[in-house]
Amino acid sequence: MRGKAANLKEADAGMKRMVISMGMKGIFAKKRGRRTAAAITGCVFFVILLAIYIGGALLPDSALAADFSQKSLPPSMKHLFGTDFLGRDMFVRTVKGLSLSLAVGAVASVISALIALAVGVTAAMGRGIADHAVNWFIDVFMSVPHTVLIILISVAFSRGAFGMLVGLAVTHWVSLARIIRGEVLQIRSMQYITASRRFGKSRLWIARKHILPHMLPQFFVGLILLFPHAIMHESGLTFLGFGLPPEQPAIGIILSESMKYLSGGAFWLALFPGLALVLLVLMIDKLGNTIRSLLEPREAQL
Amino acid sequence: MLLEAKNIVFGYERGRNILENMSLSIESGERLALVGPSGCGKSTLAQILAGNYVPGSGQVLLDGKALPRRGFCPVQLIYQHPEKALNPRWKLGKSLFEAWAPDDGFLNALGIEKVWLSRYPAELSGGEMQRFCIARALAPETRFLIADEITTMLDVVTQAQIWNMLLRIAAERNLGILAVTHNGELAKKISARTVTFPEKT
Repeated sequence: MRGKAANLKEADAGMKRMVISMGMKGIFAKKRGRRTAAAITGCVFFVILLAIYIGGALLPDSALAADFSQKSLPPSMKHLFGTDFLGRDMFVRTVKGLSLSLAVGAVASVISALIALAVGVTAAMGRGIADHAVNWFIDVFMSVPHTVLIILISVAFSRGAFGMLVGLAVTHWVSLARIIRGEVLQIRSMQYITASRRFGKSRLWIARKHILPHMLPQFFVGLILLFPHAIMHESGLTFLGFGLPPEQPAIGIILSESMKYLSGGAFWLALFPGLALVLLVLMIDKLGNTIRSLLEPREAQL
Repeated sequence: MLLEAKNIVFGYERGRNILENMSLSIESGERLALVGPSGCGKSTLAQILAGNYVPGSGQVLLDGKALPRRGFCPVQLIYQHPEKALNPRWKLGKSLFEAWAPDDGFLNALGIEKVWLSRYPAELSGGEMQRFCIARALAPETRFLIADEITTMLDVVTQAQIWNMLLRIAAERNLGILAVTHNGELAKKISARTVTFPEKT
């Protein structure tokens, strides 16, 4: 009888061990699963963004033709987002607007990120005067309200799409430049950089071969995270009338037009395009953070 | 050739000098050991001799002239931690050829296997990485080697291997070696002359 009890006890302990080990396995599986899930989320968002861009670019302008027989219709199966006061389909306008926003955001953030990379590396490698000058410049940019600065620059550059692009491109690099400068400072104090100097390598060579490759992950993540900022500012500027011209199918134009009709109850003119813009921005932000977590798993702490 | 440190004064903070009026000299082919307790400024002096730090006052002279600021430095420093002295994103072959292009016979003499050239630093052991750092520093233009605790973290067998091969090559090429260590026995074994840092008061 006692033997049986001991056996039972042993079996019980064995079960416990098994449960524990299975629990551990479960945790590991979850961890791997999280990484995969992050990658899948990233891919899905990327495909959606690409689809919006291509869809907007492929839709013919004739889809935006005025049709007064369909004026100011609320959302229905035929017109998902309703129609506006000229009878244009709001869904088509929204997709075209988002597509345009993506294009503007892409150009602006790529230029901004390149400026940030150049400035950040120069500051950190130059030391002394260059570093002080760049830091002072960054402080100046950061102390002026963003939107005001963009409006000023865009007006100075004859407004319109070009002026706005210049405004967006030259104002968004500051924070990324700071981050890159810090990283470069950290890497250039490494012993292998000192050793490289003693092997007779020039500063330029070291910046190109040793330091730039270390900056690339930070650069790409920074680039994608600049994107939503640029898009929001583009829409804001256009809404205020300093951005894209009214004949462009931009979200900012849609929103500022809708203001006149909101009091008449045409909520769909602002709600769906605005919501779509917010979702787009959130998606890009999430995409950037996902890529960061995949590139730097230790820092991101999924 | 003669490498001299003359009246070196150096401090990391204002008013607290770690080196006061330090002077020493090494000739080509000479092996000198620098011994002293932790934190006494041995490594600092090594950095100054290699031209990495600029002393507060005093000079480092190579045959009466200051060390060149540009180009390959004839005084090469080998660090204590090879994993910090190699770019973690570069394969070891690339790190090695950054300094010069040694032939197969030389790599053989240092005990470097060809397959290691296409590996990353994280894939090798400390001793294996240190061989690469030594190989890099032994470029043809090198006249003096500063070995800053280069075998401290290695086991005794590897220490002996590395020092044997280093001393052999140094003798062949008539290199001057300054070995920084806190191991008195090692200092006796590898060098003819020993400079002992005074205990801080």
